[in-house]
Parts: sequence; structure tokens; C-alpha cells
Amino acid sequence: MRSPTRLDEPPRGRFRWPFAGSGRRTVEAWLLLLPSIVLFAAFTHVPFLRTFVDAFHSTPKGRRPSHFVGLDNWVDLAHDPIFWKALTNNTLYALGTIPLAVGLALAMALFVNGRIPGRAALRMAYFTPTVLPMIAVANIWLFFYTPDYGLFDQIGGLFGLAATNRLGDPSTALIAVMAVAVWKEAGFFMIFYLAALQQIPPDLREAAAIEGASRFTFFRRVTWPLLAPVTLFILVNAVINAFRTVDHIFMMTGGGPDNATNLLLFRLYELGFKFWDQAQASALTVVLIVVLASVALVQFVFAGRKVHYR
Amino acid sequence: MSLERPSPFAAVLETALAWALGALWLAPLLYAVWTAFHPPDFATRFDLFAPLTLDNFRRAWEAAPFARYFLNTVAIVAIVVFAQIVLGTLAAFALARFTFRGRDLVFALILLQLMIAPEILAVANYRTMRAIGAVDTIWGIVLPYLTSAFGIFLLRQTFRTVPQDLEDAARIEGCGTLGVLWRVYVPAARAVYLAYGLVQASWHWNNFLWPLIITNSVETRPLTVGLSVFASVDQGIDWSVITAATLMTSGPLLVAFLVFQRRFVQSFASAGLR
Repeated sequence: MRSPTRLDEPPRGRFRWPFAGSGRRTVEAWLLLLPSIVLFAAFTHVPFLRTFVDAFHSTPKGRRPSHFVGLDNWVDLAHDPIFWKALTNNTLYALGTIPLAVGLALAMALFVNGRIPGRAALRMAYFTPTVLPMIAVANIWLFFYTPDYGLFDQIGGLFGLAATNRLGDPSTALIAVMAVAVWKEAGFFMIFYLAALQQIPPDLREAAAIEGASRFTFFRRVTWPLLAPVTLFILVNAVINAFRTVDHIFMMTGGGPDNATNLLLFRLYELGFKFWDQAQASALTVVLIVVLASVALVQFVFAGRKVHYR
Repeated sequence: MSLERPSPFAAVLETALAWALGALWLAPLLYAVWTAFHPPDFATRFDLFAPLTLDNFRRAWEAAPFARYFLNTVAIVAIVVFAQIVLGTLAAFALARFTFRGRDLVFALILLQLMIAPEILAVANYRTMRAIGAVDTIWGIVLPYLTSAFGIFLLRQTFRTVPQDLEDAARIEGCGTLGVLWRVYVPAARAVYLAYGLVQASWHWNNFLWPLIITNSVETRPLTVGLSVFASVDQGIDWSVITAATLMTSGPLLVAFLVFQRRFVQSFASAGLR
């Protein structure tokens, strides 16, 4: 039976406009989508496909147009030590920043969710770095790391430590830029935990209190499992950010010293816009896409299985 | 240590830890503020009675075309947020309330952009911009961002919660498709627009990599790129001026954040979690 309020198709027997009925709805739908589809096609899908094609072609030079070179770009990439360095750095960067930032975010959320003195001020303190541009943050931290004058050396100086150049030393530079990322991102992840914590029904807490559960037991048996979906969401975002955010590298080290802080996207910038090596840059773009696609896949598989509490 | 009444020792310890972390998180900012508002002599020397000054801000403002950078950034943010909301609303409406062949495929293809952000495809997009003559223009900066998968996704979710009866009633009153959208769906999504707008405005105020690639003149550079040029080339190591410029460029965002603090935090949470 057709519901009388469905207006997809006008009643029979009356004059029909061109595209009347569901046909007209279809045309309307495509018209509504048209501007977005054109923009997506032009700046996401076509470049996406083109990158895959370019990765098998040479860089056009002067009068020599781009031509098919098979796997040459991939062989070159595999023989590029800086690519492997950037890949290693990026992996270390992700492994170093993500657990720390997410762990701190959870701690912050638990602090701010409880009845702690100065709750609003604390929440603001944790969250403010998130609002600042990464470029500004990098500038401030660059100042801290300045040998002799910077905050770190000033404090170290009080204890009689010698001046250090953390960003100039290949063994400490990556850790120094990782610290910046943790400082900037922990507060951002905190708010997702905070939102999730506030959705936990209070009667669970009351029931646990009657049972005489300790705070630790309550956290381990109730809070943490309930936070699982948010944790997954945060982790996926954190991984994506670790491969997508390189603004501070530009400001603080330029990938140096000796590529100690070179990350994949920064390397992509160097290949594409410093050396104008379109072929190598396209191959590297494909690598980045594969990395991000596998993250998305992990999310897709896990999000389907994870227990949701609603 | 029971759940309802933690021991006084535990409570004190927790407060101390929380505030130690808070101090650690605030320290870099306070230090920057200190440096920016005091004469260069005090940039690295703490003295409670050091004279306050705005001179660093004046020198920064005069040393680089920050007025122009501000203008560019405001234009970029305004265009991007406006376009994303308008185009996102239209697309989300089609995906939420129309049935047509290919709808699910279109939605899946749109969601691809969630994974592959425009800056990842910078090399190919740069060639497109060169082909259409958009290199070093405001349009070149904003074009890849004019529509957003995330915005469409968020609005589609919201539109699907609007009761179909409301739409039908509006149709009977004589509203066309756009009328229904404007009268029924847009008002229902007001909170989402605000949350999404705040998040996108701050994101594009802070965006750096793509604008760095596509611009090469004062007339088009946004604040972030301008600041990076200013700090790396123009100033040597005058930290007082650089810090003043840094605070200046993040100032409006910081003020907006302090004023709308609760809203901001809620917006980020809701725009990310839905």
C-alpha cells in the first residue's frame, strides 16, 4: 500500500511535469550533489588516479614529455636511503608520540571529569595548545630548545649542566620534535575521552560503589571497556595525524640534521617542490596513500567487531 | 580506597598530579607571553619587576605585511567555511533523503576524501592549479577545500534524524525541494553548523602545508605561511619580536577560544564523535 504522505510520485490522473515522479527526484538529487561531485572529482579522485599513473611515468623535462618507465620509479625509491630514513623516522615518530599522547589524554580526561579543584581552568590549560597553529607552536618550542638562551638550557644551567643543542644533534632531534607533537595533541584527544566519560551512566558507578569496588577495579572493569570505541577512534586519528602533520618540521629542523627528522610527507614536499621530481614524488604519494588506506581498513574491520555500549 | 570516598591522601595526590600536568601544559604559553610583553633584555631572564611593553608587537607589525596576511587568512577561512556549509548541506540532503540509483556508490566515493586529504595529493593538485592558472591565488588555496567529506557525512547524519512528517507537511504547504531544505532541514541542523563551523574555521586558520606550496607572494600568503617566512628569514634570532608575531597570529583564535570555551570544546567533541 502506498502511504498517502509519500510525495515521491504525484497522484495519477493529473498533469505530469517533465521528470515527474521518481525521475524528477533523481534529477534533483544529482543537481544537489553536482557541485560537490565536480570538486571531489577535480581535487581528489582524478589526482588520486593520476598519481598512480604518474608513478609509472618519468618526470617531463623541457621538451621531453613524460613517458612510461615501468617500475623504474619504484626501483629508484627502493634505492633511496632518505626514503627509508623518512619511513623509519615516521614509524618511530608514530610509535613514540601516539601511546604517550593518548595515555596523557586519558589521564587528563579522568582528572577533569572528577571533582577536582579548578576543573575549568585545568581543562583550558590542557586544551589550549590544540587551538594554536602548529607553526606558532613550533616557533615557541624552537625558542625553548635554543642552546644557552632557551628555557631548557636555562633550567639545566641552574643545575650546572652544559648547553645542549637538542635540535642540532641527530640523536635527540627526533625526540625533540616528538615532544612538541605530544604537547599539541594530548589535549585534543582528551576532549573525545571526556565526551565519552560523560556518557557513562551514573548508576553503573553507584552499583559498583555498593559492591565495594575500588576505583582501580571500576576503571579496569567498567570505564576502560566502555571507552574502547573512543580509544579506537582516537588511535586511528592519531595515526593519520602522525603521517599528515609536518608543519613543525618545516619550522624547527627542515628535516635535518642529516635527515634525522625527515618524515614521509616532508620528504614528499622535498621531492615534489624542492627538486620538482614528479615521478619520485608520485611514487612516494602512492606509499603514503597505502599507509593511510591500511589505517582506514584497520578501523573498518575493528569498528565492526568492537562492542558498542548502546 | 573506596569508589565514593577516596582517601584524603589519594585525593591530594590526584589534584597535585593534575595541576603539575596543567602547569607543564601552560608553561610554554606563559613563557611566550612573558617574552612577547617584555623588552628583549628580559626575553630569557625572569624578573618580576621587568617593565611591560607592547613594543615587540609594534616592531613585528612593521617588519612584515601582517595586515595583508590577516586579510588573506580571513578571506580564506570565510570562503572555505561558507562553501563547505552550503555545498555540504546540498549534498547531504540528497544523500539523506533521496533514493536513486548509485547513491551508495557516490557516498562511498565521497568518503574516500576522509582518508586522502588534499595535502597528500599536493603534487597532482599543484599541476591542476598550474593548468588553470590558479597558482599563487587565493582561489588556488581554497579550491581543494571547498567541499568536505567530513561535513557531508556529519550533515547527512543530522538530516536523517529529521522526521519525514515535517518534510511532508512542508511539501503540502507548497514548498519545493529547496524550500523544504531551507525551512525544515537547515533549522534542525543549527547546532551542527555551529560546531562544524568552529572546527573548520580553526583548522583553516592554522592550515600551512598546501598554502605554503601554492603561494609565493605577499598578496596571497596566509598568516601561517607569513609567520614562517618572517621567523626564518627576516628576524635573525630576535626572540621577543618573533614571539610577539607568533602570539599575534594566533591571537584572534585564542581570544575566540577563551570567549567560547565551552562551545569550542563541545564542538570539537561532537564534530568528531558522531
